[in-house]
Amino acid sequence: MTQKSFEQFKGSKDYVISEALKNAVNVAIVLQRPLLVRGEPGTGKTLLAHSIASALNKELIIWNIKSTTKAAEGLYVYDTVQRLNDSRFGDKDISNIKNYIKLGKLGQAFTSPQQVVLLIDEIDKADLEFPNDLLNELDEMSFYIPETDETISAIHRPIVIITSNNEKELPDAFLRRCIFHYIDFPDPELMEEIVRVHFPDIKNSLLKDALETFYTLRKIDDFRKKPSTSELIDWIQALMASGLDGKIRDGDIPFLGTLIKKETDIDFYATRYLKRRPGTRGFSTYTN
Amino acid sequence: MFTPFFFKLREKKVPVSLTEWMVLMEALSKNCASNLNEFYYLARSILVKSETHFDQYDIAFQEYFNGITPPLELTEEIIKWLTDPKNRPQLTPEEMAAIQKMDLEQLLKEFEKRLREQKERHDGGNYWIGTGGTSPFGYNGYNPQGFLVGGPGGMRSAVRIAEARYFRNYRSDVTLDTRQLKVALKQLRKLNRIGPEDELDLDGTINATCKNAGELEFKWKRPRKNTVKLLLLMDVGGSMEPYADLCSQLFSAANSLSYFRSFKYYYFHNCPYDVLYPDIQQRQGIPVEHLLKILEPDYKVIFVGDACMSPSELLDRYGDIYFHGYQKMAGIERLKQFKSHFSHIVWLNPERSALRNYPTVQIIGKLFPMFDLTVDGLNSAVKKLTSKL
Repeated sequence: MTQKSFEQFKGSKDYVISEALKNAVNVAIVLQRPLLVRGEPGTGKTLLAHSIASALNKELIIWNIKSTTKAAEGLYVYDTVQRLNDSRFGDKDISNIKNYIKLGKLGQAFTSPQQVVLLIDEIDKADLEFPNDLLNELDEMSFYIPETDETISAIHRPIVIITSNNEKELPDAFLRRCIFHYIDFPDPELMEEIVRVHFPDIKNSLLKDALETFYTLRKIDDFRKKPSTSELIDWIQALMASGLDGKIRDGDIPFLGTLIKKETDIDFYATRYLKRRPGTRGFSTYTN
Repeated sequence: MFTPFFFKLREKKVPVSLTEWMVLMEALSKNCASNLNEFYYLARSILVKSETHFDQYDIAFQEYFNGITPPLELTEEIIKWLTDPKNRPQLTPEEMAAIQKMDLEQLLKEFEKRLREQKERHDGGNYWIGTGGTSPFGYNGYNPQGFLVGGPGGMRSAVRIAEARYFRNYRSDVTLDTRQLKVALKQLRKLNRIGPEDELDLDGTINATCKNAGELEFKWKRPRKNTVKLLLLMDVGGSMEPYADLCSQLFSAANSLSYFRSFKYYYFHNCPYDVLYPDIQQRQGIPVEHLLKILEPDYKVIFVGDACMSPSELLDRYGDIYFHGYQKMAGIERLKQFKSHFSHIVWLNPERSALRNYPTVQIIGKLFPMFDLTVDGLNSAVKKLTSKL
């Protein structure tokens, strides 16, 4: 394979990506293995899949994993309750089981006539055994439906992107099959690029102050939940709308609630940096 | 190819398997990497599956590939300097030496060719990350010591990336992080069936329907909810002072996990005696007997302490040095009481294994399984807590 066909994914306009991650995506596509992306919440893992789909001009199928999700749901669901109910009233044809088999997201990705990008979002939310239950299907790209005696095979092997929030350790057997990338929290320079993509007209002075304040807050280890990229974007939007700048004056920060989301953290910040008793909500009147 | 690298990785405790190695070989045969830099990232994404092992990967990479600076990479450094001398006023000694060895004409030819290449790539749009067509080396200028985020023109040798050991803090056997502790504690999930009945019980429904002569009758069952109860007992005696931070991290990790059915915590000095304290200021103590009455045996118990005290404090009936009064039983007896009441108990020791020969540590170690207060240790402790008796 030539160098050219290896670098299929070159990034997209609205998503700033590091070279290492771009390489990892291309490796995953070439080797036809799922790409597992881990990182702090708010570092753009889900957006990566959107970016890949739009850059490669492919449809994106999203499977959002909940804590109650079972692996079988991704393959297909046999709606027994509907069938039972239909049988009671006798007005629908219940003899054909196929009418009651609904393909799950993985099944949809397999049967799609074109190659798709399949995003399995937040896989660590589910049960411990969930990733292992999918192993065979991810390897062989096919599964069997006993009710209709059908084997669904992938027409085109989907590009599988899996995201994980580090909530759980994933099983080894599952990890062996993936290409792995850890999205680090952006350093100030990368963060500047990300902010500029969202706010192309932002003033340099506002950006500089805002980033300085943001990274100062991130240095405080005592926060239960440090502010992340999405919070920074929200905060800058608020600053731009209100015309304030992002400087810290006597410890006071405008719109602190967009950056710090936990009450314990706000109390901590107020007592330590604003020299105020915990529990009071008032922030000093902040004028430009 | 590179087979000794495989063994070097394993030597540094990076869990690489043969299957993953073969995938790497396949990738190499498909030309996925054209220089050492790309190889660094390629191998890492295929072989290392957790950022906790990134640091070990860096160490192995550094040791195996050290000393390999292909002449091409040095040329690139010099050319870069030529292009933008303001950014890099100093050349390293190797670069100086290389310049002297180089043929000036050849150097200038490369330089020109590179300039031409750059101009083309600028127009390509996405090649230089986010610079929008401005200086291609602006990236590097910002954080020379830090993580390499630049493009293939990034010009820093892979060995130096590995040397930076950026991922030192992600190791799970050295530092502790509240998030990592949470991940370890989350393994205590044990789901049993409690809560409202809102899941369809298919088998039950079929049975009930049949019993009903074919008239549909739905049966519901409860979804699974977490039933784990955790009891955390922490030593706040003098010798634990240096570990106060560590313990508070463990505590906040456990406290912030909302899915424990019940989470209780108490403090003691060196060893549990007659009372346990619900707060660090130790104002009111709660008698242990009372606690043992109200806490069910299926609580998972984690003791956190260095288990270091003078033997008399542990074995003597009046061994408590902080309490001057009537004491009912020796510390060791109290601990045995705990052992007979609760089914799962572990002891986490922040003091490294080196001091495990201390007599009281050994005595307590025989009573409860003892683990290091690191993420790995906590993982093992949690495995013990969730194992069947």
